[in-house]
Amino acid sequence: MVLFAFLLLLGATFVAYALNRRAAISIRANGTQLHSLESFHGLFAALTVLVPVLVGILIWLVLEGTVVDWVMIRSLPEGTFDDLGSGASQLIVAEIKSIAGGRVFGTPEPWKTEAAERLVAYNRIADWVLVALVAVSAAMLLWFARRSVAAQFRARQSAERIVLGLMVFCAVAAIFVTIGIVFALTFETIKFFQVVPVTEFLFGTSWEPQIPIREDQVAAEGAFGAVPVFLGTIVISTVALFIAIPVGLMTAIYLNEFANRRIRSAVKPVLEILAGVPTVVYGFFAVLTVAPAIRSFAASIGVDVAPNTALAAGGVMGIMLIPFISSFADDALSAVPRSLRDGALALGATRGEMMVNVLFPAAIPGIVGGILLAVSRAIGETMIVVMAAGLIAKMTINPLDSVTAVTVQIVTLLIGDTSFDNPKTLSAFALGMMLFLVTLVINIFALRIVRKYREIYD
Amino acid sequence: MNDMRKIERDAKMAETKITARNVNVFYGETHAIRDVNVDIADKTVTAFIGPSGCGKSTFLRCINRMNDTIDICRVTGDIQLDGTDIYATSVDPVQLRAQVGMVFQKPNPFPKSIYDNVAYGPRIHGLARTKSDMDEIVERALRRGAIWDEVKDRLDQPGTGLSGGQQQRLCIARAVATEPEVLLMDEPCSALDPIATAQVEELIDELRQDYSVVIVTHSMQQAARVSQKTAFFHLGHLVEFNDTDEIFTNPKDPRTESYITGRIG
Repeated sequence: MVLFAFLLLLGATFVAYALNRRAAISIRANGTQLHSLESFHGLFAALTVLVPVLVGILIWLVLEGTVVDWVMIRSLPEGTFDDLGSGASQLIVAEIKSIAGGRVFGTPEPWKTEAAERLVAYNRIADWVLVALVAVSAAMLLWFARRSVAAQFRARQSAERIVLGLMVFCAVAAIFVTIGIVFALTFETIKFFQVVPVTEFLFGTSWEPQIPIREDQVAAEGAFGAVPVFLGTIVISTVALFIAIPVGLMTAIYLNEFANRRIRSAVKPVLEILAGVPTVVYGFFAVLTVAPAIRSFAASIGVDVAPNTALAAGGVMGIMLIPFISSFADDALSAVPRSLRDGALALGATRGEMMVNVLFPAAIPGIVGGILLAVSRAIGETMIVVMAAGLIAKMTINPLDSVTAVTVQIVTLLIGDTSFDNPKTLSAFALGMMLFLVTLVINIFALRIVRKYREIYD
Repeated sequence: MNDMRKIERDAKMAETKITARNVNVFYGETHAIRDVNVDIADKTVTAFIGPSGCGKSTFLRCINRMNDTIDICRVTGDIQLDGTDIYATSVDPVQLRAQVGMVFQKPNPFPKSIYDNVAYGPRIHGLARTKSDMDEIVERALRRGAIWDEVKDRLDQPGTGLSGGQQQRLCIARAVATEPEVLLMDEPCSALDPIATAQVEELIDELRQDYSVVIVTHSMQQAARVSQKTAFFHLGHLVEFNDTDEIFTNPKDPRTESYITGRIG
């Protein structure tokens, strides 16, 4: 039925376009000068019908389920939910819904079956109401649009205004989503800090988020000191950047200045492929290839290392970041004006001297911007560390030890059956908030450097 | 004034610095320079004039092998500096460019301090052993670039902060700091205002004392003002090469005459 409503709307849109266009053509055929082209009259009508009705349908779909559920619950016998907690009430509603959907387990009470039948009926009514509303509103808008066709009507401006509104909406949507994410994080973080003091979270050196679920359960008291977790992220990111920055920069310098066109045209696409590899594949690479290699090499020189070292996770993450840094640095080097290269070469500088003394310093702001963006990617990277890094938070900076990362902890904390008012779960939001703030600061810093750099050579 | 210069010119018909024979340049399929033969004298200003795209800049860039940096560019023929073929395999273009300095159309100071801009060439060629040596070289170059008095109190400030004319004189100072024998100038005044142009032209006339200067210019007045010899290029050919006075008062080739009277170009 919903599909039918959409098809109806689509049809009305096309009809509106055709009608208005034809009307405009006939006005012109009578010898009157039109203000706007015929196609703009058509476009105006199509947008006038499409946009409001589409928004209406979407709002309806968001609200429909809630309203229908509410009506169904009101129709249940008096006193059904008396003496029941919110969880039990939700269970009853869920059972009725699954009966309505045709999934019957055992023999439900007759009043539940009746309620399910009513639910099905309400849903059918709601669908018909939707179709009827779409038909009526589309017809009204069609009539309104058709009536506005006139020689003097500024259809182009009107259509452009509607499109402008759509663009503004799309642009603003991203901002609102960001704000929404921040709010969601903030509320849960505040809840967490009501249970665990901020100072313990920021400065505590022990991370053991095992909270007894029942009073009588034997479990650790639970400690929420985030320092070792962040330390793990820092160790892994540092290893990653130690690999990515030199290799990425060397790659960029080689491709930009020394490689001939054939090599460049071969290496660039391969780097782009490297940038497009899903991180979960990098995770496999880390677990199955790099970690055992490190372990066996260490064993051969008599060192015993953990199977999931920070070195393996960080190293593979570094490989992931190479194309990121190299393409940023390549762009920055290419943006240095040719006249500076010529100036250095004409003084008798070799290409290497030119690169080191002139191009590189001129490109450094852009390169630093790219590196900072890579840093925030390294900090936020999840899949590789989930697969290749450890789970236990250790207070260590030894890259050959097993460490955990912030993102790993967030993932493991949110997997499982604990309820959302448990500090164990809430701590994931506090970690996420910290991560968000750190990457935000780094990103702002990076963008500022990039912008400053742009001003120099424009 | 003109007459005095003429006398001076005749007195200084110096020995040949650069000899070019049958030089051809190709950009991919395009034949940019066709069979150019020219002798450029020492301690003289030689001007290359001609309409846009006639190949005068391309030929200039052959003299310090800057065309090597363009992948698709190919140079044939023979260019000699003091009797040495500069395209011989034994010649290192990096060393050649230290001998043959170049100044570009747009001032291109490095985003470094004024001091470091000038010291760059001497530094990469190892011309100074001590800091005071370097200070001396920088001061001498800036004086020769006629910009010392304007910048001596702010040598540590960025070269990019100077005005256009000052930047161009800084670039000239940078080019002479490596003690070249030849100075190539590719339209050095086209981005400058008339006052800065006059300063740079005056400077070029002074540089003639020590160097062989080759200047590409779009302005025939400029060629007449600063040069002793003039070469007229047209469509890749060197049409006419003679004393500047001769070219402008008594051109032999009808194409030269059309160009200097403004009928082609």
